Amino acid sequence: MTAIAITPEADLRFYDLDEHDHPDGHSTMLGFWIYLMSDCLIFAILFACYAVLGGNYAAGPGPKDLFELPLVAVNTAMLLFSSITYGFAMLAMQRDQLNQTRLWLLITAVFGGAFLAIELYEFQHLIHIGATPQRSAFLSAFFTLVGTHGLHVTFGTIWLFTLVVQISRKGLIEANKRRLQCLSLFWHFLDVIWIGVFTIVYLMGMLR
Amino acid sequence: MSAHEQTAGHHDDHGGNHGSLRDYLIGFGLSVVLTAIPFWLVMARPLASPGVTAALILGFALVQMVVHMIYFLHMNGKAEGGWTLTALIFTIILVVIMMTGSLWVMYHLNTNMMPMPPDMSQMP
Repeated sequence: MTAIAITPEADLRFYDLDEHDHPDGHSTMLGFWIYLMSDCLIFAILFACYAVLGGNYAAGPGPKDLFELPLVAVNTAMLLFSSITYGFAMLAMQRDQLNQTRLWLLITAVFGGAFLAIELYEFQHLIHIGATPQRSAFLSAFFTLVGTHGLHVTFGTIWLFTLVVQISRKGLIEANKRRLQCLSLFWHFLDVIWIGVFTIVYLMGMLR
Repeated sequence: MSAHEQTAGHHDDHGGNHGSLRDYLIGFGLSVVLTAIPFWLVMARPLASPGVTAALILGFALVQMVVHMIYFLHMNGKAEGGWTLTALIFTIILVVIMMTGSLWVMYHLNTNMMPMPPDMSQMP
């Protein structure tokens, strides 16, 4: 064992004890992403319920009697178009073009609204012919899963209009850009969930 | 890691996290194709076997989800110092456990359930 001579120069260490400055919103995107991941778990549970209960018709109507694939295809197209137009809004936002951003956001809202209108028409039609959520475990799981997705799109659309008003009043300031980025994640995330919905609920339902 | 590297990383997040027009158009084109093929497979039924068709459309859905993640959600290993990707992988693991676990358990529950005669439900 040798004794080490401790010189003040060699053993100088610095510890960051003070609360250092966090720029405004520097962790917003990560936090929002983690919210989306927890939302993903909600949908995973609803998908698992549907996968387990999807065959229990209780002698009621099954997917082949109820679903109309051309309507679902149109619905899918609406959501896909709204994804790309939201992308165009984000590109216009990066170029600081307020009017173009607003225009693309409103076009996105039109596609989102069309999606919701078609879905509400489908639900209304199903309930009208007696295929209500109370009818069978399959229909309970179906309405819960697809309805939860529809609710998310509804709130996304409300959020979108809120941001249109925000950028109209305050312009494309840093905070508004951050909000638009969060909604971008939310909107594209809902499109990812819809891929699961149309594949597992509608397309695989027709194969049962 | 020094403080300087951390701030440089933050600048990267805000600069490199957005997609370009090219990204969005590639993503959109791929999505249209990856959506159209499963719908065609089910509506026209070129394959007779439902099992093969189901496996194929599930495969297309998984590929399309990855396409959306990369081109629309701009996922990569560098954003937020890799934490978004870590959270995503953790979530995928949970989702897989939840889905396969539920299906597995409930399948065995259904097949091992004693068959119930129709008049059983009328018994007191």
